[in-house]
Amino acid sequence: MKIINCPLNGPRNSSEFVHGGEVRQMPDPNNCTDKEWADYVFYSDNQIGVVTEWWLHAASGYWFIAERHTASDEILRTYDPSEIYTSRFEFSEKAASGLPEEMTV
Amino acid sequence: MPFSLLKYGLNKDYPFEKNADLPAPSALKQHYDVVIIGAGGHGVATAYYLAKYHGITNVAVLEKGYLGGGNTARNTAVIRSNYLTSEGVKFYSESVKLFQGLSNEFDFNIMYSRRGQLTLAHTDAAIRGFRQRTEVNKHFGGKTELIDPQQIRELVPSLNMNPADQPVLAGLWHIDGATARHDAVAWGYAKGATQRGVELHQLTEVTGVDVEKGKVTGVQTNRGKVSCGCVVQAVAGHSSIVAGMAGIRMPITTYPLQAMVTQPVKPFLDPLVSSPALHCYVQQTGRGELVFGGGSDPYPLYNTRSTMDLKESLLAHAVELFPFMANMRLMRQWAGLTDMTSDYSPIMGLSPVDNYYLDAGWGTWGFKSTPICGKTMAELVATGKVPELIAPFAMSRFDTFRQVNEMGATAASH
Ligand SMILES: Cc1cc2nc3c(=O)[nH]c(=O)nc-3n(C[C@H](O)[C@H](O)[C@H](O)COP(=O)(O)OP(=O)(O)OC[C@H]3O[C@@H](n4cnc5c(N)ncnc54)[C@H](O)[C@@H]3O)c2cc1C
Repeated sequence: MKIINCPLNGPRNSSEFVHGGEVRQMPDPNNCTDKEWADYVFYSDNQIGVVTEWWLHAASGYWFIAERHTASDEILRTYDPSEIYTSRFEFSEKAASGLPEEMTV
Repeated sequence: MPFSLLKYGLNKDYPFEKNADLPAPSALKQHYDVVIIGAGGHGVATAYYLAKYHGITNVAVLEKGYLGGGNTARNTAVIRSNYLTSEGVKFYSESVKLFQGLSNEFDFNIMYSRRGQLTLAHTDAAIRGFRQRTEVNKHFGGKTELIDPQQIRELVPSLNMNPADQPVLAGLWHIDGATARHDAVAWGYAKGATQRGVELHQLTEVTGVDVEKGKVTGVQTNRGKVSCGCVVQAVAGHSSIVAGMAGIRMPITTYPLQAMVTQPVKPFLDPLVSSPALHCYVQQTGRGELVFGGGSDPYPLYNTRSTMDLKESLLAHAVELFPFMANMRLMRQWAGLTDMTSDYSPIMGLSPVDNYYLDAGWGTWGFKSTPICGKTMAELVATGKVPELIAPFAMSRFDTFRQVNEMGATAASH
């Protein structure tokens, strides 16, 4: 079994982990175009090379980031998201109140 | 002994047969009306129908490896049309019809064999889904029924009715379900296409796509540049990479899909059996081997290695369905690279680049569509108009949030 190095729990069997998709900048859902939102939700580079991805250590509920090569499957580095995300993400008040009526119920 | 056989045996050219093989490799021309990237079933089927129905023969099919060596060689050849959406059922039913006539059309046996496909329900929710699929299928003229455990026992006496403590409650019995020899399909189309003048270039990898003012003008290959009027890409797991050469981004992620085959045994299993809940499907080939497979690998990858974890889980589930399989020997195990879309439907038709046509997103389910896909893609290339049958599968559906959701009707049935 493949071993993945969890930044919190150390080396664990890959069956304990869940792939969470590429780390990407989310466009503001209230102000972006439909095309930008579709691109964020459905489209992907999907190329051969090193990708930066979210992974979950399911047993401990811990999300982290891994850099992995999509052809060799080698995991080059794993680290805590705080290396990239230095502050908590807040959904703005303005954006929330901008939702259409039917979507708030 | 028939006299002709004796004559062949004594002939010094034996086993020469006129038109038996593909033409010998030739130099690439400078220009083709149509370049098709990828000589899997889809690429050669498109070339065949272009030549046969539209008289377009200045066509080159460029293949980086060998004919039909991609997913066409790796798939488990389930042919069925018991999907969920009306768009899906209409499209796949046409393909099943074309498959039935292919051996005659090619004068070459593709070993099409209608066995029926049985999908097992282990929960009430699954039965509700099956009811809906039965009705949609019947509505479009398909032969699909919901059957009870007694009928299942009669169809497949060797099946464990309580696999992994998940009792079999009902079955979706798709009488049109079938299988065929995948290599023969690729070779039949390739022979038919090359006999009509199409060029097939193996060991010819497309490394770049030339686009001028939003229109494709040619492709670069490891054997030099060719110009062309239009391009069809049919490269399965490499869809995003080749499209990327033309500057096109796709809603596709590439995942490996693994399968295995056992030693041959006496015929005992006629229908193709699938259990979505156990992520496993099993069928017996005409040669007696058991072919079985399941769901895709758990994360994206461009690598056809086999993994121990998938082998373990697949074997465990197969043995649950047919316990005596535990005593059988495994002969081979392999993987293919599948181009997955989020709605489990294909992407066919126009692209953001003029004269550049997409045949992609076939994921784990595209062998069965080879004939109809080739036919409709050829019509699109020849007429420039998107055939009605494939209009719902345009890539732009993702931009307008109009997916054709076939996920539930695809998992572990392919
Ligand atoms: C294990 C497994 C089981 C499956 N089971 C089923 C099933 O039971 N039923 C079903 O309907 N479907 C099944 N599928 C899916 C099916 O195999 C595919 O969807 C189908 O074969 C796709 O056909 P294709 O011709 O588009 O692709 P392929 O046969 O993969 O052909 C694409 C070709 O493009 C070539 N290529 C790639 N890049 C380049 C380049 N740059 N230049 C030139 N050539 C290039 C490749 O070498 C390849 O030969 C399965 C797939 C797998 C892997």
